Amino acid sequence: MRHIRTGRPACGPDRIAGLGQQTPGSTEVHIVNRPAPAAHPQRLVRALSAAGALIGVVLALFLALAPAAEATTSPSPAPSGSSQQEFPNSISGILRNAGQPLSGVKITAKGNGFEGSATSSPTGAWSISVPTQGSYQVTLDESTLPSGVKLAEGEKNPRTVVFAGTSNLSTIFAFGAGIVVHQPSFLESLLNRLVAGLSFGLLLALSAVGLSLIFGTTGLTNFAHGEMVTLGAVIVYTLSAIGLPFWLAIIAGLLSGAVFGFVQDAFLWKPLRRRGTGLVPMMIVSIGLALAARYVILFFFGGATQQLPGAQTEDIDLGVVSVSPNNLMSLLISAVVIALIGILLLRTRLGKATRAVADNPALAAASGIDVDRVIRIVWVTGGLLAALGGILWAYYRPGVTFNMGQQILLMIFAGVTLGGLGTVFGALVGSVVVGIFVELTTVFGLTSDLKYVGALVIMILVLLFRPQGILGRRERVG
Amino acid sequence: MDFGEIFNEAIGEMVSPTTAAYALAALGLAVHFGYSGLLNFGQAGFMAVGSYAFAMSTILLGAPWWIGLLIAIVAASAFALLLGIPTLRLRADYLAIVTIAAAEIIRYVVTTNSLTKVTGSANGLAGFRQDFLRLNPFPPGNYLGYSSPDFFYRFFGWGLVIIFGLGVWLLMRSPWGRVLKGIREDELAVRSLGKNVYAYKMQSLVIGGGFGALAGLVFTLPRDVVQPANYGTELTFFLWTCLLLGGMSTVLGPVIGAMLFWVVLSLTQNILFGLIGVGALPWLNPSQAGQLRYILVGVALMLLMIFRPQGVFGNKKELAFS
Repeated sequence: MRHIRTGRPACGPDRIAGLGQQTPGSTEVHIVNRPAPAAHPQRLVRALSAAGALIGVVLALFLALAPAAEATTSPSPAPSGSSQQEFPNSISGILRNAGQPLSGVKITAKGNGFEGSATSSPTGAWSISVPTQGSYQVTLDESTLPSGVKLAEGEKNPRTVVFAGTSNLSTIFAFGAGIVVHQPSFLESLLNRLVAGLSFGLLLALSAVGLSLIFGTTGLTNFAHGEMVTLGAVIVYTLSAIGLPFWLAIIAGLLSGAVFGFVQDAFLWKPLRRRGTGLVPMMIVSIGLALAARYVILFFFGGATQQLPGAQTEDIDLGVVSVSPNNLMSLLISAVVIALIGILLLRTRLGKATRAVADNPALAAASGIDVDRVIRIVWVTGGLLAALGGILWAYYRPGVTFNMGQQILLMIFAGVTLGGLGTVFGALVGSVVVGIFVELTTVFGLTSDLKYVGALVIMILVLLFRPQGILGRRERVG
Repeated sequence: MDFGEIFNEAIGEMVSPTTAAYALAALGLAVHFGYSGLLNFGQAGFMAVGSYAFAMSTILLGAPWWIGLLIAIVAASAFALLLGIPTLRLRADYLAIVTIAAAEIIRYVVTTNSLTKVTGSANGLAGFRQDFLRLNPFPPGNYLGYSSPDFFYRFFGWGLVIIFGLGVWLLMRSPWGRVLKGIREDELAVRSLGKNVYAYKMQSLVIGGGFGALAGLVFTLPRDVVQPANYGTELTFFLWTCLLLGGMSTVLGPVIGAMLFWVVLSLTQNILFGLIGVGALPWLNPSQAGQLRYILVGVALMLLMIFRPQGVFGNKKELAFS
């Protein structure tokens, strides 16, 4: 079986027999020279306009976000040094009333034979450095508060604070009459997580659809897909950091993903397919590519976490759920783009051709489909979708890092496997299930640093009981 | 730039315990992939299981070193069984995805803050080698430039590599090994001869996983600390690079591959640092030099796979894929 070049990894002997006496490798039929049923330029134009429409829709949606995305540098809460002396230990905090920083408020700390005071900076931050760790009495001078601002009921002032092993101790004063710290009910947090999970799942689906299409058409399990995700976000960050308008940065980010997909296929995967390289070696090549690309990104981008414009926003309250506008936007963008992909796949000639190639490349080639061209388009689209997924992932986490793609690669795999390797709609369903599952586990008591474990366990369990996935077909499992 | 120093350091890297650990783990991968065709992308998970099992049994239960060792091997075998049962009947790439996922599950679980008392979360566990060091037969002194314990770690690591290398060589010459190679070449043919392919694959997975667990010990004992950050997916991919560098279906391949891997890493690092030191590379800072090496690893892995899949020592006829 392993001699078939473009053959599906699992097509059984019966299928090979169906192809007649073809020698190994000849399944890569090139019908390019034969007059194709539909003229090429026409199809190309259609493909291009489809891609253009895709970018257009994404852009329109992002532009709707633009007001929130005016390049904001988040105020650094670095305290202005208003304490008299510098000691290794400090007591600090940030004073905020209804989101507004309170400046010029005097705070004193007394204890261990030391007395120090600080005045809060314009960002509301204050810090008093103290000579030794231990217990201190911290007093907020209420007469220095702006008029109309009061400490919340039940806030202790003065209060006693104790260092617990660390050199910095922070203490928060809450403001506002009658304010009680809000504890969301179970139902509320369930709904909130559900919306967040849907948003996460759909952004996973963007990358997963590309991965699944690539697997479906070439049989390659692409470990470098995570780096395609990272690339989109990194490009958008870099370009908007050097002052390009946000919309231009988004276009460039999406295009970079598409170009990366194109370059990969043109200079790496297509030659490898021509040579008849097996699927396992190609998988290992993709691992090498992932390592190389990840460290190239690290080389230029550095190890720090950066924020895209407008990454930090206040949640908006929609009655039953409160959701961050970025999550909501991300949800809408992914839903629209995925719907568009679905329409492209189901309604256009190109989509039909793609599905045919994914189903059986040899048969598709024999019926006049230019398999290589379809695969090229799949790589370009996959790269574009991965880049979009990466930009949304950067808002979801939030933050851009060189290994952000690696972090969700396994979630993407989980989504694809859950839905059924190689099926596009399976990847969509699987990703949404994974996304919601990941977020919901935190509601049901799992600590948030374990939330990805649940999805991975589910993936393994699904392989145990239904290896073909939710929408996959039995014959593909091998 | 002192080339003598650079060269010495590279030689030192070649025989370091870490290299021995890589060699042993890559030998396990050779059993998995080179001889049986199993795609294990979770060897880092096996190493983590081995080292955490040893560290936890020593620290939490106060077990002597040999019980720790036993627990490490049993844990790794159980891990292999757990992974093998759902996936060995499926296509090769399913095993790849499940093993990589399982290794990450292990890493997440030992990193979580909710288990800090048991696993030490991100800081890991430290101080578990005292009982093991009592085995050290070498009195204090200078052995080839190493202190007694340092020499003992190398002795232990490379001793294991030699013993298990010989073991693999003998196993693969046995009828059992020939069945394994048969499975790699044509599973259906072996099945039609009445062999239980599933059982053979499972045995291979357990053996190679056991090598991984021992490699975890060789890796972690000289450090006396086990931390989850060391056992990410990249460790697995580096092991694969070692395996493919040397040649996957050979006994010497993974060992020489691990040595080559570390010698090249050490040489490139020190030469780049030297060049930066004399100001020859003004566009490069030292941390970027470190990253440049891993770009090289990735590119090397791709080029190897494309142009010389049998590695330095391998035989092209004996590839687990064609």
